Amino acid sequence: MTLKSLTGRTALVTGAGRNIGRAIALRLAHDGADVAVHYNTSVAQAAEVVRTIEGAGGRAFAIAAELATLAGIERFAESLKGTLAERGASGLDILVNNAAVIAEGGDTIAAATESSFDRIVAINLKTAFFLTQLLSPLLKDGGRVVNLSSRPSEVAFPSGIAYAMTKAALNSLTKSTAKEFGPRGITVNAVGPGVIETDRTVPRMLVRQEARAAIAATTALKRIGLVDDVADTVAFLVSDDARWLTGAYIEVAGGAGI
Amino acid sequence: MAEKPLSGKIALVTGASRGIGQAIALRLARDGARLAVHGSKGAEETARAVEKAGGKAVSLAGELSTLTGVDALAAAFKRQLGQRAPDFLVNNAGIQASPNDTLERLGEADFDRLIAINVKAPFFLVQRFLADFPQGGRVVNLSSQLSQIAFPEQIVYSATKAAINSLTKSLAKELGPRGITVNAVGPGIIETDMTRDRLLGTEQMRAFVAGNTALKRIGKPDDISDIVAFLLSDDARWVTGAYIPGGGGARL
Repeated sequence: MTLKSLTGRTALVTGAGRNIGRAIALRLAHDGADVAVHYNTSVAQAAEVVRTIEGAGGRAFAIAAELATLAGIERFAESLKGTLAERGASGLDILVNNAAVIAEGGDTIAAATESSFDRIVAINLKTAFFLTQLLSPLLKDGGRVVNLSSRPSEVAFPSGIAYAMTKAALNSLTKSTAKEFGPRGITVNAVGPGVIETDRTVPRMLVRQEARAAIAATTALKRIGLVDDVADTVAFLVSDDARWLTGAYIEVAGGAGI
Repeated sequence: MAEKPLSGKIALVTGASRGIGQAIALRLARDGARLAVHGSKGAEETARAVEKAGGKAVSLAGELSTLTGVDALAAAFKRQLGQRAPDFLVNNAGIQASPNDTLERLGEADFDRLIAINVKAPFFLVQRFLADFPQGGRVVNLSSQLSQIAFPEQIVYSATKAAINSLTKSLAKELGPRGITVNAVGPGIIETDMTRDRLLGTEQMRAFVAGNTALKRIGKPDDISDIVAFLLSDDARWVTGAYIPGGGGARL
């Protein structure tokens, strides 16, 4: 049997109970990593992800945390350190900052409220910042950080204006942390999906056939993206093959809007 | 034994006699692809290295500074590989004209040659294979970090690589409906015959170049070929029209 590429490595994927985060967790576990499946409210879903991974012979554990406050992030980092130590890991190899929210009740310049603004900044940006800060001592030399950005970070997106801003800020964080962690051999990259079919996007924009066709038509490859399309690129970024790629924004959108 | 990811595929790598092109050929062969390795005078040494490692390769010669040469390469590929177009085309061949590549010094002959080899050859090579690229094919164009920044010391080389990035996007859109992805990879300073004497000649120069990267070392051809291997793999099926930097975090 050949050794899997991530055997012996540990990974944390935030927001891994559903959608893209789930697909990333499954793929990294498939490649041999021991995966911390973080969730907030998706209790049953996270348990299912762990069962699926274990059923396929992989290693994973679920870990809950509300990441909207710094106190929550601190508790989560401590808890993760403890669990990793119990599992015999000397640190963290891979951090995937995936957890994110979209604004409820409309994310336009007109509709945004202070509370919707603060919440989206807290979860999409502040969490990634402080989680990276707090887990930095745990990250091993040669480790990997992948931040889930979004195509709207690069283009005008008035219907999700605050969301797009947080993702653009995440791209900036990616560059600065790439420079900061580079001397340790740690790479930091951002991945920018286009419209991906998830339980979040389907009800909002992918129900009607005409809507689906219109979105597929905006891509060069003429289909709608799937969660595995994104997870497979993340798998590359955390692999040894990507060792010379850092501080980059990699769009995974099937050539949308090019 | 697990089947290799690129088994049954044919890859054409231009400029594969040395440096990054050679590393790409060796990596793709390791992943199971059959190689057509091009060099202006052939790439026999690369072909032998591929065969020695258990792979399959044929060497193709062709001077890419004229359209006649490009046509000859396309014809030789079809004749020797028994397929009308490669599954994977890696447009890697490129030249530099430094130290003459400045606004003040560059003459028309050098200007025309830079454009011919770095831009015109990839353009027409793709055109010659256009109708025959198989569904799920891949094109990777070797660009440069210099395509993204001001670099008056290599003014036209940088411009040719920016043109390649533009070509990459248009081709991605053109070929997308056929399931073919087209991407550009932009290396920073990589240690090769092309750069060793000119940019990496002294310890001081080496330290300066390494210091400019986030990862604090000098890039190697394998660092780039491993990125190219991803772009040719099924894992990269949803990445197209992209510019992927391969500079170790230089100039962030």
